[in-house]
Amino acid sequence: MNSDLIVFLVLSLVAIATALGMVFSRNAVYSALYLVLNLVTVAVFYLLLGAPFIAMSQITVYAGAIMVLFLFVIMLLGAESLVPSKALPWQKPLAIALALVLVVEAVYLIISRAQPGLAITAPDASVNTMENLRAMAMELFNAYLLPFEITSILLLVAMVGAIVLTKQEKVGKGS
Amino acid sequence: MNSVPVDYYVLLSAVLFAIGAMGVLIRRNPLIIFMSIELMLNAANLVFVAYASVFKSFSGQIFVFFVIAVAAAEVAVGLALIVQIFKAKKNINIDELNSLKG
Repeated sequence: MNSDLIVFLVLSLVAIATALGMVFSRNAVYSALYLVLNLVTVAVFYLLLGAPFIAMSQITVYAGAIMVLFLFVIMLLGAESLVPSKALPWQKPLAIALALVLVVEAVYLIISRAQPGLAITAPDASVNTMENLRAMAMELFNAYLLPFEITSILLLVAMVGAIVLTKQEKVGKGS
Repeated sequence: MNSVPVDYYVLLSAVLFAIGAMGVLIRRNPLIIFMSIELMLNAANLVFVAYASVFKSFSGQIFVFFVIAVAAAEVAVGLALIVQIFKAKKNINIDELNSLKG
């Protein structure tokens, strides 16, 4: 039992427990906080995998910006806990059973096609240097320049769309 | 040998993805459904970074970077839509949003 494996197992327990906590907690605010913990755990996995830049993006963008937006909307709408409706009562056990089937299928396929040669060793200190970040930026701005620009246009469109959708309508209200 | 097989990461990602899919199916609160979608995106990102680490390539990490940016755009528009639905209907329980039902 090596130390990397122990860290991995503990972190995966935390990740799975927080994911289940997010799905099953009654209060939407608790769900959001569980999801923040899950995202931070995945960021620690990225650090273990030698991707410090992605880990920091994950924490600032996901756990920071996106989850603050979620919490803001939950509290703005007062949607902490909805009254459970009685429509489709058979859906919940069916969904849980289907999710279990999905997990069993995925585990079977992954194990039956396992590639035991591929293993991840913990990264050495070289991934935390400026050189590593510079190499990633060179690849991003050379090989992936067009997708990068398209993403920026997509973000602009999303920003305009969000503003237009939440704008107060002054005309044609009729009241 | 201090290492973790990459299959363990794929297994963890499959479990997280299935939990997210289950959350989409069983919850009636659209905000929690959105969070479950984020969880599924996150599970996919984990596999990208794991294989990027195995093959010592930056392409997987850059793809995850794009996924995070697109998820941010998706959440901004989606939450704006939910706020508008709440303003129009005073309710966001998705079982009662059946105006388009034939």
